[in-house]
Amino acid sequence: MKTSSSLGRRRFLKLSGLAGAGLVLGSYLRFTGDAFAIEVRGAAEAAPAGARLGAFVRIAPDGRVFIAAHVPEIGQGVRTSLPMIVAEELEVDWRSVTVEPVPLDRAFSRQSAGGSNTTPANFLPLRRAGATARVMLVEAAARTWGVPAAECRAESGAVVHTPTDRRLGYGELVALAATLPTPPAESVPLKDPRDYKIIGRRIGGVDNPSIVTGRPLFGIDQTLPGLLHAVYVKCPVFGGKVVSADLDAVKKLPGVVDAFVIEGTRNLNGLMPGVAIVAKSTWAAFQARRSLTVTWDEGPRANDSWDGLVREAREALGRPGQQTPRNEGDVTVAIAGAAKTVEAEYVYPFLGHTNLEPQNCTAHFRDGALELWAPTQNPGGGQRMIAETLGLAPEKIRVNITRIGGGFGRRLESDFMVEAAAIAMKVAAPVKLAWTREDDMRHDHYRPGGVHRLRGAVGQDGALLAWDARFATFGNVSGRPGSGAGISGNEFPAHFLRDYRQEMSVLECGIPMGYWRAPGSSTLAWVTQCFFDELAQAAGADPYRYRLKLLENPLQPKPPRGGFDPGRMRGVLVDAAERAGWDGPALPRGRGRGIAFYFSHRGYFAIVAEVTVSPAGALTVDRVVASGDVGSPIVNPSGADNQVVGSVVDGLSAAWVQSDDVKDGRVVAGNFDAHPILRMPAAPKVVEVRLIQTDNPPTGLGEPALPPLAPAVCNAIFAATGKRVRSLPIASVDLSWS
Amino acid sequence: MPLALNVNGAVCPLPEDLDPSTPLLWVLRDTLGLVGTKYGCGQGLCGACTVHLNGQPMRSCVLPVAAAAGSRITTIEGLDPAGAHPVQKAWCELDVPQCGYCQAGQIMSAAALLAKNAAPDDAAIDAAMAGNLCRCGTYLRIREGIKRASALAAGGKEAVS
Repeated sequence: MKTSSSLGRRRFLKLSGLAGAGLVLGSYLRFTGDAFAIEVRGAAEAAPAGARLGAFVRIAPDGRVFIAAHVPEIGQGVRTSLPMIVAEELEVDWRSVTVEPVPLDRAFSRQSAGGSNTTPANFLPLRRAGATARVMLVEAAARTWGVPAAECRAESGAVVHTPTDRRLGYGELVALAATLPTPPAESVPLKDPRDYKIIGRRIGGVDNPSIVTGRPLFGIDQTLPGLLHAVYVKCPVFGGKVVSADLDAVKKLPGVVDAFVIEGTRNLNGLMPGVAIVAKSTWAAFQARRSLTVTWDEGPRANDSWDGLVREAREALGRPGQQTPRNEGDVTVAIAGAAKTVEAEYVYPFLGHTNLEPQNCTAHFRDGALELWAPTQNPGGGQRMIAETLGLAPEKIRVNITRIGGGFGRRLESDFMVEAAAIAMKVAAPVKLAWTREDDMRHDHYRPGGVHRLRGAVGQDGALLAWDARFATFGNVSGRPGSGAGISGNEFPAHFLRDYRQEMSVLECGIPMGYWRAPGSSTLAWVTQCFFDELAQAAGADPYRYRLKLLENPLQPKPPRGGFDPGRMRGVLVDAAERAGWDGPALPRGRGRGIAFYFSHRGYFAIVAEVTVSPAGALTVDRVVASGDVGSPIVNPSGADNQVVGSVVDGLSAAWVQSDDVKDGRVVAGNFDAHPILRMPAAPKVVEVRLIQTDNPPTGLGEPALPPLAPAVCNAIFAATGKRVRSLPIASVDLSWS
Repeated sequence: MPLALNVNGAVCPLPEDLDPSTPLLWVLRDTLGLVGTKYGCGQGLCGACTVHLNGQPMRSCVLPVAAAAGSRITTIEGLDPAGAHPVQKAWCELDVPQCGYCQAGQIMSAAALLAKNAAPDDAAIDAAMAGNLCRCGTYLRIREGIKRASALAAGGKEAVS
C-alpha cells in the first residue's frame, strides 16, 4: 500500500484549499454583520499565551480573552451560556472572547452535564470567577497609575481611570494582575443585573460556525496519527458472556489488525464481556464483525420479555406494594365513601436514548498512561470507572471532553469509555471505538418501563378527595429501582390531598437502566397528569380550573421539603392557559386542547397542546403553548428557547412513536426503521414559548419542559376523540372515532 | 486502476487497496479526513450522511464509493468553506443547532432543496427534509432557517450553489 491515505489526504486538502481535517477544534472563522457575529477559535490554534486569572480566564497580551468551557456540551448550550456569565462580570466584549475546551481537571469543581444542574451550580461561581479577574485587573491598573482602585472602572476589556480618562487594555494589565493576590471570591462586587450587557442577550452557539462548515468537533470526529478503528461485540442478551470466538478467521479479513476477547465484569453499566476487532478503518471493522462467530453464554436472562415483565408487574399490582413512599389519611375509607371513583392502569415501555452520534471513544495508551477523547456527559465518572475496572491510577487517565452529538442522559454512563480504554491497553496505537447504530440501540441503558394502577375519588360537589396509586417498576437488583425507575412520596397531588397513598414494588430484570432526559419525571408526569384529567372528567370540571383549584389549596402554606411552590406553578398554568386561548370558542369534534403541568429539576412548566385526530385516527399536533418559570435571569434566551422547543419535540417523539420491545432477553429494534424518531412533517406546526422571569435564582432548562408535553397531548386527544391514551407509545393506540 | 473521486472540486486519488464497495461516507471520513459528513445509521434512514452527488442529495452511508466515482461530490466542507452559503448564514443567524450532529445533513438537504425551489413553502420544506432526523428537535428552527436562507439568496448578495 504505497499510496497512503495521509498522502492522498494532504494532496486533497492542498487541491481543494480546505482545512476540514485535523485533530481537534482547529477552526477559525469570522462571521460579521449580524447579531450572531462571533469569532470562534479553538485551543489548537496558536495564540499568545498571556496569563491566567483563575481557572476560567486567560487573557492574551493583545487583549483577546479566553474563557474555559468546563462542562460537556450536549446541545444544551453551555459552551456558550457559561462563558457568557464569566464575560459579563469580567466586563469584556463578547466579540473578544474565545471559548476554550478544557480536559477533566481538578481545577474545576464539577464537570458533569446532567440533572439540569449546570446553570444553578455555576451561575454564582462563574459570576465570581469573572468578577475576581476584573477586580485584579482594576487593581493592576490602579497600581500602574498610582491611583486608588476606587477611582478606576472596568469597561469593554479595559480599565479606565475615571478622573483623568486614562485607559489601559486588559492585555496590557494581565501580566501584573496575575502576580497580585487573588481576593476571596465572596468579597468581589458583582454587577447589578440591570447593567448586564451579555447575560440576557440572544447569542448564537459558539460552535455554530464550525458546525455549519463541517469542522471536526464531535467524539467520532477525532483523528490521531496512526489511528486504528475498533468495534466491540457484546452478547445480544444483557449480561451474557463469551464462551468462544473464531478470532483467527476474523484476523485474516482485509484491514483487520487484531481481534481479542475481553473478559469484562458483571456490571451491566460497566465493561461487559465481548470481542474487540481492531482494523485500519471503521468500515473494515464493521465488515469484519459481520463475519465474526461467537458462542455466547446468554446467562439467566435469555427468556426476559417486555410482555412477561408486564405480566409480572400486573401480578405485583394485585398485592400491596413492597414500599410505601407516602401514606396520608385513609384512602380506603375516603374512596369507599366517595360519590364517584375512577380506576385506571397506565403503562409505558422501556426506551433507549438513540443519540444521533452513536457511542464512541478514542483512547491511546502509552508509557503506562491513558489519554481519552470522549463524548461524555460525565468525564469524572468515566475516569473513575476506568481506574477501578482496569487498575490504573486516576492521575494516569487524562480525559479530553469533545462536543457531544446528543446526551439525553445516555452519556452519563461510561461503558463506551471503559471499553475504549480496555481495547487501547491491548493495542500499541491510538484506537477509536465506534459503536454501530445497532450496537447503540441494543446496548443502551434504557429508560425503565413501568405499570401504574391508580384509584381516585371525587365527592358529590366534584371535589377531589383521594388518590391511591400503586406502581410496579424495575431494577437490576431486588428491591432497588433502576436509574430513574423510582417514585417518591412527593409525587403530585401529594401535599394537596389529605388522603393520599403511593406504593411501589420493584421487580428484578436484566435490562440495563439509565437516566433518560427528565428521569422519572418524563413518565410520571404523563401518568399523574393524565389520571388527574380523568378525575376532572369524573367531577364534571374543566381540566384547567380543576388543576388551578387544587393548586390554590395546598395543605401547608409553605412548600414542603421535596414539594414545589404552588404559586409559581399557578403562574405558569394560568399563563399557558391564557396564551393558548383555553376559554376561546369550543373546538369541533376531532380537535381538542389538553393541559398539563409538572415540576422537575427545580423548574415549573405548564403546557397546552392542540391536536387534530382524523376519524381514521391520524394524529396531528397543531400547536403547543409552553410556559415556564426557571427563575431569572435567562442567561441566553436563544439557547433557552431552543431547549424548550427541543423538549417539546423530543417529548412528543418519545410519547408518540418510541418504544423498545424486549424479546428473548434482548432489545428488538436495531435501527431507525424499528425505533423511529419523529420526523419534520410530524413536528408541531407552532410551538410558543414564554419564560416568566420571577425573582428566583436561575435554574436549568435541559429537562423540565419535557415532562408535561406527553400528558398535555394525551389529554388533548381525549378532548378531541373521547379516547384515553393509557399506554405508550400513542402510535400503538387506536385513536379512530366516528 | 485505482479509483479517484471528485470531491468539492478537487480530484482525490484513492488507495489502490480500497474496497470499491466501501460506502462513500467512510471514504470521506476515514480516508479523506472529511469528517463533517456524519454516520448515524448506516442504512440511509437518518440523513446525517447527506452529501450532494451532481447537486442531488444522496445518503453517502449506503452509496458504494465505486458508484460515486465520476460524479461531482459536494460535502458540507465544500458547500462554502467560509460559511457564506445562505443556508449556513441562516443557520448561524437563527442559532438552529442544538447538539449539531445532524446539521451537516440537514444543511445539505436544505441547500439541495433551495437549489431547485428558491422559495419553498412549508409543505415543500417538510417533504424535502423528511429524510433527515434531528434527535434534539430543531425542526422548527430548520423550517425558519430554510425560509431565511431563501430570503438571503433572494437578496441577490449570495448565490445558491
